[in-house]
Amino acid sequence: MLGLGKKDTLLLLLVTALTLCAPFLLNPFPVNGGLAQFNAGYPDLMQRFVIFGIFAIGFNILFGLTGYLSFGHAAFLGAGSYAAVWMFKLLSMNVLPAILLSVVIAGIFALMIGYISLRRSGIYFSILTLAFAQMSFALAYSVLTPITNGETGLQVTLSDPRILGVTANADGSIPVTHLFGIEMRATEVLRMGAWEFQFSAGYYLCAVMMLLAFYLAIRIFRSPFGMMLRAVKSNQQRLYYTGVNARPYTLAAFVISGMYAGLAGGLLAAMDPLAGAERMQWTASGEVVLMTILGGAGTLIGPVLGAGVIKYFENIFSKLNENVLHGWFAFLPDGIEDVLVAVIYPFVGKGWHLTLGLMFMAVVIFLPGGLVEGGQRITRLFRRGRSPEAQRRRTPAE
Amino acid sequence: MTITRVTRRGLLRTGAVAGAGLALPTYLRAQESGFTNAPTGDTVTLGFNVPQTGPYADEGADELRAFELAVEHLNGGGDGGMLQTFSEKNLDGTGILGKRVEFVTGDTQTKSDAARAAAQSMIQKDGAIMISGGSSSGVAVAVQDLCQQAGVIFMAGLTHSNDTTGKDKKANGFRHFFNAYMSAAALAPVLESLYGTDRKAYHLTADYTWGWTQQESIQAATEALGWETVQNVLTPLAATDFSSYIAPVLQSGADVLVLNHYGGNMVNSLTNAVQFGLREAEANGKQFEIVVPLYSELMARGAGENIRGIPGSQNWDWKIENQLGDRYKGTNAFVKSFGEKYGFPPSQAAHTCYAQTLLYADAVTRAGSFNPCAVVEALEDFEFDGLGNGPTLYRGADHQCFKDVVVVRGKENPENEFDLVEIVEVTPTEAVTYDAEHPMFAGGNLGSCNPGA
Repeated sequence: MLGLGKKDTLLLLLVTALTLCAPFLLNPFPVNGGLAQFNAGYPDLMQRFVIFGIFAIGFNILFGLTGYLSFGHAAFLGAGSYAAVWMFKLLSMNVLPAILLSVVIAGIFALMIGYISLRRSGIYFSILTLAFAQMSFALAYSVLTPITNGETGLQVTLSDPRILGVTANADGSIPVTHLFGIEMRATEVLRMGAWEFQFSAGYYLCAVMMLLAFYLAIRIFRSPFGMMLRAVKSNQQRLYYTGVNARPYTLAAFVISGMYAGLAGGLLAAMDPLAGAERMQWTASGEVVLMTILGGAGTLIGPVLGAGVIKYFENIFSKLNENVLHGWFAFLPDGIEDVLVAVIYPFVGKGWHLTLGLMFMAVVIFLPGGLVEGGQRITRLFRRGRSPEAQRRRTPAE
Repeated sequence: MTITRVTRRGLLRTGAVAGAGLALPTYLRAQESGFTNAPTGDTVTLGFNVPQTGPYADEGADELRAFELAVEHLNGGGDGGMLQTFSEKNLDGTGILGKRVEFVTGDTQTKSDAARAAAQSMIQKDGAIMISGGSSSGVAVAVQDLCQQAGVIFMAGLTHSNDTTGKDKKANGFRHFFNAYMSAAALAPVLESLYGTDRKAYHLTADYTWGWTQQESIQAATEALGWETVQNVLTPLAATDFSSYIAPVLQSGADVLVLNHYGGNMVNSLTNAVQFGLREAEANGKQFEIVVPLYSELMARGAGENIRGIPGSQNWDWKIENQLGDRYKGTNAFVKSFGEKYGFPPSQAAHTCYAQTLLYADAVTRAGSFNPCAVVEALEDFEFDGLGNGPTLYRGADHQCFKDVVVVRGKENPENEFDLVEIVEVTPTEAVTYDAEHPMFAGGNLGSCNPGA
């Protein structure tokens, strides 16, 4: 189907099913129950799941296939966000032109940075991209403040021209982002007994974008172009000796992944029309590296899983505070309760980074292939009957 | 594969849910109540979004303490604090409109993006009807904008930029705290009497909305005195070492250094300035002086003895009722309940957050509804007293509170670690009131209140 093999079609269908049913899957606990805080099915977080999924898929096209580790991808995300917000300020609140422009701007930006950075490989390439990203951050943060509004972040205001839209609504409010009239913030709430499920227009736009991005990534992975990129990863020297110039391929991969980042940035702005400089900071670049490695670099679904796990930690674990913990262990005697809370507290709330770091270490040490390898190992446990021959026949770059 | 198992379960669940959905079509939408997150049960949820990490983390922690105290008092716990002194007597300790108050907290990280994500999750996931907090004007402006769009009330905490109720003002946002213009207006006469009219000022300014408007206000006010502005240097908010910014100050020909910094920034830049010997230095034949326009006890504590003798302004001070009498009633009641609960006196950040929570609860009670538009109406041009600042007006034109401003300076011989600041004088409301269309506040538009879905 759609030019995909049987296995890839299955994978695509699986991802489609998961994303479309996400409002159900992510809200498994009743609203008023004690576990409700582990629910992740609210529009803002679901949007972040798929948007950062797109970001990680794009990053994986560069890192997973060519092995070039970019530490500056957040610059493209930020550039995309700024481009989109400017579209909202100048043109109209329709998200389509904004997303298109953000992809184009990020692409141009990636072309410039990639053209220079790809003259080196390995650690030098990483440092160059990091330097460019930090430069972009500094520019956005304090030099180009007329364009970026610095620390405060670029926002839509009541005085923007919006030549194709309206400057302000009739009731004096700022118009909201929409896709041909469908408001991005529009949310239908479905209540079923104790459960509550939220269906947001914005989420489904992001989900469709992610499915398209995912489909494109599969096609790139299975194409001759993708094969060439894998060749770059396994031995670039040999490619040059056989007379192949690898740079156009790596540059193309760099620009494509930059455009993915731009798309993610544009979608972030489309869901919430604000662009802040901190989106470009090196920590944001590092985050996408973490997502990709945590999920499984070079695999198709890994980066999406990694993005989901990290965003879940950031938004759900970080909100568990001391009161919540005391609530959980209230049934225990006071002394034991206090000890338990004292032991667990450093790992939740403000300390969610610590938990994530430990988890990342465990994954890198025990599952170098990321969460996907974990999944594969479990599968193998269930299929022990198969001959070891079949297992060895996996493609090396994956 | 494991993933396949998840799908199968997902499919089954989807099927079951679809069936159940057909069987009982309870398609409830937010429209039925007419506004976002209308409280349905016997509780109402407020969202407190404060910086728990970053340069303003100390202020954030103190704000959170104040919020917890306010919720306790609203629910009838503790000694009631300022509920007893508040000029409105609608709050009786039974929550808000009979609903028990619950709260959720979030970490703004002093970043606009993170603050908005935290606020979004409070609104969408936890059903918060009001968001309060913020210790950075950049964050406050961003979150206020979000609340306007989502249709909930934003009761700004510590935000001092002119823009919050100036060019970025929003109908759903309210600010009790004073602003940069008021600081400058209150500080200028004191600076004149302390340092004269012939001074050359060098500004170090935090590079974001608050720093910009603070610097602009102080520059305008001091130049009106006859001072000269030598230079204004913008410093990144995330900076922790300011020595490279301090080093050129003495050679610049300036004889006053104005630190438009707050929180951890100010503690670090002041420490650097003292290390560079600026306080002992002489320039243009005069003693070199340092001014910190926006002051707080927390900063004074962080800066230690470096703060001695340095003038600045505050929204409120915990000693004000003891020293200046009954006009500032409410102060002692609040300091007492805060001190009994936490063991030390509250900062001005804590005070403004506590006051905002009470003001919101009272406005809902007077309006008889949680509907944001009703609350806006109840708060606009609302006059009150007994919250520690003396008689106060919530101006309808820009949702800014007008009240007295406290001018303070670092105490030379502090008796204990909480008594680091002495009150120099209190500038009356009239002296710091400005027109809503003042050039420093122009360019904004409240728009109309948004009740959301």
